[in-house]
Amino acid sequence: MAQSALLKSSIAKKYWMALTGLFLCLFLAGHLAGNLQLIFGDALQFNQYALFMTSNPAVKLLSYLTYFSILFHAVDGILLTIQNKKARPIGYAKSNPAANSGFASRNMAVLGTLILVFIVTHMVNFWAKMHFDKKMPVYATTVEMMGQKQDLYVTTSGTYIPVTQVAKDSKEAEEIGAQLYIDHGKDFYNTQAKIKVGEGYKDLHKITFDFFKSKAKLFGAIPNEGLVFTILYVLCMGVLAFHLWHGFQSAFQSLGINNKFTPAIKTFGKLFAVIVPILFAIIPLYIHFVK
Amino acid sequence: MKLDSKIPEGPIAEKWTNHKNHLKLVAPNNRPKIDIIVVGTGLAGASAAASLGEMGYNVKAFCFQDSPRRAHSIAAQGGINAAKNYQNDGDSTYRLFYDTIKGGDYRAREANVHRLAEVSANIIDQCVAQGVPFARDYGGLLDNRSFGGTQVQRTFYAAGQTGQQLLLGAYSALSRQIGLGRVQMFNRHEMLDLVKVDGKARGIIARNLITGEIERHSAHAVIIASGGYGNVYFLSTNAMGSNVTAAWKVHKQGAFFANPCYVQIHPTCIPVHGTNQSKLTLMSESLRNSGRIWVPKKKEDAEAIRAGKLKPTQIAEEDRDYYLERRYPAFGNLVPRDVASRAAKERCDAGFGIEANDTNEGVYLDFSSEIISKGKQAAYAKGNHNPTQEEITILGKQWLEEKYGNLFTMYQKITDENPYETPMKIYPAVHYTMGGVWVDYNLQTNIPGCFVAGEANFSDHGANRLGASALMQGLADGYFVLPYTVSDYLADEIRTGKISTDLPEFAEAENRVKEQINKFLNNNGTKSVDHFHKKLGLIMWNKVGMARNEQGLKEAVAEIAALREEFHKDVYVPGSADELNPELEKALRVADFMELGQLMAMDALQRKESCGGHFREEYQDAEGETLRDDENFKFVGAWEYKGSDISQEVLHKEELKYEYIKIAARNYK
Amino acid sequence: MASKKTININLKIWRQKNAKEKGSMETYKLDNVSTDSSFLEMLDQLNEQLVNERKEPVAFDHDCREGICGMCSLYINGRAHGPDTGITTCQLHMRMFNDGDTIYVEPWRSKAFPVIKDLVVDRSAFDRIQQAGGFVSVNTSGRTIDANATPVPKTDADKAFEAAACIGCGACVATCKNGSAMLFVGAKVSQYALLPQGRVEATERVLNMVRQMDEEGFGNCTNTGACEIECPKGISLENIARMNREYLKASLK
Repeated sequence: MAQSALLKSSIAKKYWMALTGLFLCLFLAGHLAGNLQLIFGDALQFNQYALFMTSNPAVKLLSYLTYFSILFHAVDGILLTIQNKKARPIGYAKSNPAANSGFASRNMAVLGTLILVFIVTHMVNFWAKMHFDKKMPVYATTVEMMGQKQDLYVTTSGTYIPVTQVAKDSKEAEEIGAQLYIDHGKDFYNTQAKIKVGEGYKDLHKITFDFFKSKAKLFGAIPNEGLVFTILYVLCMGVLAFHLWHGFQSAFQSLGINNKFTPAIKTFGKLFAVIVPILFAIIPLYIHFVK
Repeated sequence: MKLDSKIPEGPIAEKWTNHKNHLKLVAPNNRPKIDIIVVGTGLAGASAAASLGEMGYNVKAFCFQDSPRRAHSIAAQGGINAAKNYQNDGDSTYRLFYDTIKGGDYRAREANVHRLAEVSANIIDQCVAQGVPFARDYGGLLDNRSFGGTQVQRTFYAAGQTGQQLLLGAYSALSRQIGLGRVQMFNRHEMLDLVKVDGKARGIIARNLITGEIERHSAHAVIIASGGYGNVYFLSTNAMGSNVTAAWKVHKQGAFFANPCYVQIHPTCIPVHGTNQSKLTLMSESLRNSGRIWVPKKKEDAEAIRAGKLKPTQIAEEDRDYYLERRYPAFGNLVPRDVASRAAKERCDAGFGIEANDTNEGVYLDFSSEIISKGKQAAYAKGNHNPTQEEITILGKQWLEEKYGNLFTMYQKITDENPYETPMKIYPAVHYTMGGVWVDYNLQTNIPGCFVAGEANFSDHGANRLGASALMQGLADGYFVLPYTVSDYLADEIRTGKISTDLPEFAEAENRVKEQINKFLNNNGTKSVDHFHKKLGLIMWNKVGMARNEQGLKEAVAEIAALREEFHKDVYVPGSADELNPELEKALRVADFMELGQLMAMDALQRKESCGGHFREEYQDAEGETLRDDENFKFVGAWEYKGSDISQEVLHKEELKYEYIKIAARNYK
Repeated sequence: MASKKTININLKIWRQKNAKEKGSMETYKLDNVSTDSSFLEMLDQLNEQLVNERKEPVAFDHDCREGICGMCSLYINGRAHGPDTGITTCQLHMRMFNDGDTIYVEPWRSKAFPVIKDLVVDRSAFDRIQQAGGFVSVNTSGRTIDANATPVPKTDADKAFEAAACIGCGACVATCKNGSAMLFVGAKVSQYALLPQGRVEATERVLNMVRQMDEEGFGNCTNTGACEIECPKGISLENIARMNREYLKASLK
């Protein structure tokens, strides 16, 4: 009984919502710290961070846990919502919910769904590009040497390779007789020996900046898509703020923590719910309008 | 027929123990063969059903509410008495016994009351074991407070919701038995008749209030715990659904109805506000610890107040008549309930009432003196030895809020007046009925197999009940008396076998019920049930209320009989029999109230004395106090039903013997 | 009393013949309602009017009319027990309304509380939850240990009382957007969990009561806090948290 109860019962579902939700709050904090390098760090630093986040085994484990949490949180949330809807087959002709509860608390499912949509598009725009896009640029820095500007790839071992020496792929390398070419989107290969001689950084920084600064037409119709993306991103952070506003302290209640620390938890939760999304939102605004 | 109270022989303190030792038993293996019906799930009914279920009997419990937890025991506020002597102030079983007999104005059975006092301590143990959250002190032990009519602190309480907590305790025990399948619960069912087979109670006819189905239920014993009949007055502190039907149907089947005229009128209720009022709300007796009761000394002031030209706060101290303090200097505002109620009525009848309703009935319960005295104390306690008037008032109000906050809020919600600023208006209201179905020492009526417990029986409170004793009696009957005495009766039933509901007696009873229902539904009269109930209430309140006299009672008997006839001729009951039909439910109940009301007037008429809640204006002393006639009326008046003409009922007398308590006049001066 | 004011109102009331038939909102006009009347007295007045017009009166649950039995329900103008806090419907007074107001009166809405007729719903799901574990398994006995043998810290006793003050009216379920019964169950679980007498069976109790609660078809708690606001007895959300704790402990055992 006890085992199955831990999965099926209404209360257990709430534990899982709370645990995954709180874990995702931790993820948000980490993610935010990384993203802030878009403002406070340079491109290399950011790309190094991006590489670390995609390659470090411990981080990988965490990221799988994050994917799982998002999915579980969403699926569990949907199940709960369906059950909750079933619990009241006939609604009220007149209802005045604002008299006894907050907007966020009543709309967690809607807010959560919006956030899920956001996460999916967000991952398509950045995560999928980072992982799967063959056209993902490799980070290169520009240096001035003897009055001449030169673009150099930076390898993970800290060495530099002039961009002009590197072909896009082995085919092009043979055609133009370049010494090196790029494979796997980031690895430098010797054209003759076909051996890996170094590794570059995928330029997530550039992808991000281009995304929010793009002047292209969205769907071929809406001009200045970078501005549209920025606005949408900021709106999504607003949605996230509402979700966290209720979700953070609610998780503690679901886990049975309601004691003398509860006022402090509530205050912290509300600060978290406001500050984290604002900081997230500042980044695209900064990129679009300042950079 | 001679009434046999079956009081056991022997010294009073040993009667119950000896009696228990000699009662017959039913072996555990035989109990599942025996069915018991319990009607009502208040303190007495729920505790009886739970206890009998635990023992292994098949119990069927009935209540008309949607859940057994709703029974009106839940509304008791103050507390429950028990002779625990935890406060070391000289309490004992004997003291509780004595106080209850004296409080009842020497009209209760000694043996019953002593048993009640004996088992009172067990009740507290039992309830604590069940998880009832009584108030405790900082040492973790149970707290007590004191109540009217006693000089010790023996009242256990749970804030102002003691009845609720005790009922929920009994309900939890009952729920456990329902969960285990030993008690079958029939909620939203109303008992509409008792079925007798060969003179013994063998079952009931009940109406499923949702489907309207008339059901037959058989059993080897029937326990009635359906509460009191205060709603005969229409306005009372009882719940809207509280009714006498179960008890009255038992009476009509031959059980005697004892002392119907003993009604307790509680002095501190919120006065009537208008003709649409449906019920009266009690303000706890505990308020009389802090409030002073008064009316204006001058009639013109009272008139000005009623006209809204004067406010009570504008009446100077010397123009106020603190009539309880004036008449009863020793007890002052803390005289027993019946005394306080009558005194209020006396003032209002004399034209000093302050409420601007049809009857001008209302007096003030004023907390301003308490605000000042407690405010001063609080200021001193804070080291402020020279507080300003303002500081005193603020602190005094804080003290009141701490002590009575919830009551004050309740008062304000109902009346829209702030009792911190202006005195409360209060007036007596019908609260509890000491009379009920006559039972012997075993709580069995004169119908074998039919037991009656709690407020529905007459047994323990004489002519006036003390505060915090109703809860005690309900639980004593259900937990600690009935399990023994019912088993004793059932010991002879182990060979009876299942009782068939196809017996002609069941069919007959069912037909009686169906006939009555059909008659109401096809009556096609012109007036609602409430119309008649309110009329009955007015007659009862005016002529069989706080003060009665021969002429009024004679008029009441005639008026009620006439009203009853009119009711049956002209009542309109909408809807049908096979659905949830609250109007029909009310009609069936009011039909019984009409008959009972007449009997109450007859009982009050025959009792040519004043005692406890029964005050006959002809029988008072020079100072207006009750004048008992122990020579001629030291008996229980038990009425026998003789057909639909109530005036034909026959009075039987059970002589009360006082062997252990010296009978004396009650004096609270 | 002081006022003596009367108002005229319009009522929109849910009428439903029985559990099987469909219901609808019907409109009624009621004049000369004293503002000193309670809400239920106003409904009495409406029913008197309907009976006199030979129409079927409105069925609604009520009993004690002093806010303790928990029998009255009613969703009034979009709120459980109407537009006042800390009270039941029977304690709601007409002075909360104005002349000419239209007042919506609906039954509790919950799958677990099916409508029986008009405004009357079946709340026996609460009874079944109680039967599943809302008790201490102690038989009636004249030989229990003395009530003072086990001291209970005053704070625990007080908290247990506050939880036990629940009147089982179902306002929490009615007002919860999810139709969750967790405040009711949490209060019961808490009362016993806080007392030494109840601790013995704490594990079984919370598992059984929650299982029954889920079987009855109540929704899940999403901590909106609406129940706490609308509860006529002010039962705290702390009780739900305590139940969550107890359930976690019990599940891990």
